[in-house]
Amino acid sequence: MTAATLPFAEPVPRLNPLTGLRNTITLTWRSVLKIRTNMEDVVGLSLQPIMFLLLFTYVFGGALAGGTHAYLQYALPGLLVMTVVFATLGTGLMLNQDITGGVFDRFRSLPIARWAPLGGAVLGDMVRYMISVAITLGFGMVLGFRIWTSPVSAVAACLLLLTFALSMCWVSALIGMLVKTPQGVQMFGFLVMFPLVFGSNLLVRPATMPGWLQSFVKVNPMTDLTNAVRGLLIGGPVGTAALHSLLWALAIFAVFAPLAVRAYLRRT
Amino acid sequence: MTNAIEASGLVKRFGKTTALAGVDLVARPGTVLGVLGPNGAGKTTAVRILATLLRPDGGQARVCGYDVGRQAHQVRQLIGLTGQYASVDEGLSGVNNLIMIGRLLGQSRGRARARAGELLDRFDLTEAAGRPVKTYSGGMRRRLDLAASLVGRPRVLYLDEPTTGLDPRSRSDVWDMIRALVADGVTVLLTTQYLDEADQLAHDIVVIDHGKVIATGTPDELKDKSGGQVLEVEPADRAMLAAAAAVLAGRTGAVPATDADSGLVRVPVADAAVLPAVIRELDEAHVELAEFTMRKASLDEVFLTLTGDRDPAGPGGDNEIRELERSSR
Repeated sequence: MTAATLPFAEPVPRLNPLTGLRNTITLTWRSVLKIRTNMEDVVGLSLQPIMFLLLFTYVFGGALAGGTHAYLQYALPGLLVMTVVFATLGTGLMLNQDITGGVFDRFRSLPIARWAPLGGAVLGDMVRYMISVAITLGFGMVLGFRIWTSPVSAVAACLLLLTFALSMCWVSALIGMLVKTPQGVQMFGFLVMFPLVFGSNLLVRPATMPGWLQSFVKVNPMTDLTNAVRGLLIGGPVGTAALHSLLWALAIFAVFAPLAVRAYLRRT
Repeated sequence: MTNAIEASGLVKRFGKTTALAGVDLVARPGTVLGVLGPNGAGKTTAVRILATLLRPDGGQARVCGYDVGRQAHQVRQLIGLTGQYASVDEGLSGVNNLIMIGRLLGQSRGRARARAGELLDRFDLTEAAGRPVKTYSGGMRRRLDLAASLVGRPRVLYLDEPTTGLDPRSRSDVWDMIRALVADGVTVLLTTQYLDEADQLAHDIVVIDHGKVIATGTPDELKDKSGGQVLEVEPADRAMLAAAAAVLAGRTGAVPATDADSGLVRVPVADAAVLPAVIRELDEAHVELAEFTMRKASLDEVFLTLTGDRDPAGPGGDNEIRELERSSR
């Protein structure tokens, strides 16, 4: 038998757009499976918000709000924002590992849509964000946090957090593409995320901050997001803050998603 | 018939380093093309270009008639890739790695699962199928890597140093698998540091050094090309090694290699007609012989002659190029 008579399939000239979508779903499935396979990650992902909750509530609570319970009620919405934003770091980390470890090279040698690995990684991470939000909210309620609004607005708060995470993870993805090693991703990620998270009204009222910092807090998207989530969970004005958060999410996505995709195409 | 792989004048530069300076390659369908070269010679760069992972700065390459640049999508449907860089996902189990690739190739869920089972069985990984790959040994991971590249039944398979770091047993397993694939009509491009591997498997060999092809031919042709034969002499008395070497040097005009450990003197011989004279002179010099053998040059000797004494498995080199590739991506 010669090679010519063997039943090798003839290649098709072009990628079907539907195939790209199917590739993305397959790679999303991969990301979700990876969460299940790596229990260490899940444990870390769950313990980190629990640690933050305990530390902030019992270390700062008394000093900042005169009581741990009052502080928890104030800070939990902020802690939700913080947990989700820190969780987006994982996206950049995983993309970087995929590139340095050679998994993306395997993907690129396959006849699949080029952007599918990126799309799959981002979508799969939504599951991780949901776990983070659920654990923070759940453990917060164990410690005594109460939702003063309604279940519907609590769900709305969670959806808002996830939407924002879906946009922030592109910042993380860009860092993951630009930095050489996973350790570097972690370092640069924290350099970007820390000022954003702590330079806001997430954990303390900004009244005692110096004027220049207050101006930063005012324009920081985390402040809007925290206000909106706080309003949705314990009451207060929501409309403007929620609108601003969504606009911010859209703006961050519009800037960083194309940059990340470009960096991805160039690097792989 | 169209050649399975055909590259001409491939050039690739990374900054100031020229990784490929005009490389030509041809692999006939259903054969193994061995690409040999010291570390840093450009083997991996060539494979990356042929696998559509890297764009050449010059020249062109076709796989089964499809251009690797303009028709990359077609090429990707034809090839399978196994190398240090195109790896499996450590965070997934073995079986899920294979199912994922099957799904990405458009197989149905059932088909992908069946094919994964088939390959795991063939590569003796069924028992470890459900375990995350990060718990696998080096040999198991290599086998899974090979299985991953076969999910889509590729017509052309690139194996970049598939047995580096494997124990002899796993190595011969990989060799058997390669032979079976070729028997099925698959064309294999094999880069290797092990010359006996190329000698065992390759129908044709291309020797690359400093980004250039310095020799091509079948293993036998290459062995004939470089001096052809080797004379090995073992004096009964080790003290006579130097005397024996002097005789061989005088008669053949080449510089003999003396190996004190094995007590052998080795020299390439262009013309067998000198042998009687060599024996006579050894006798006159009172060198008693324990062994006197004439044999075909091994591929190792050919390689050293061609590349000028550089150890094919030496350190450095390739890593540097690999680093350059990474930073350019």
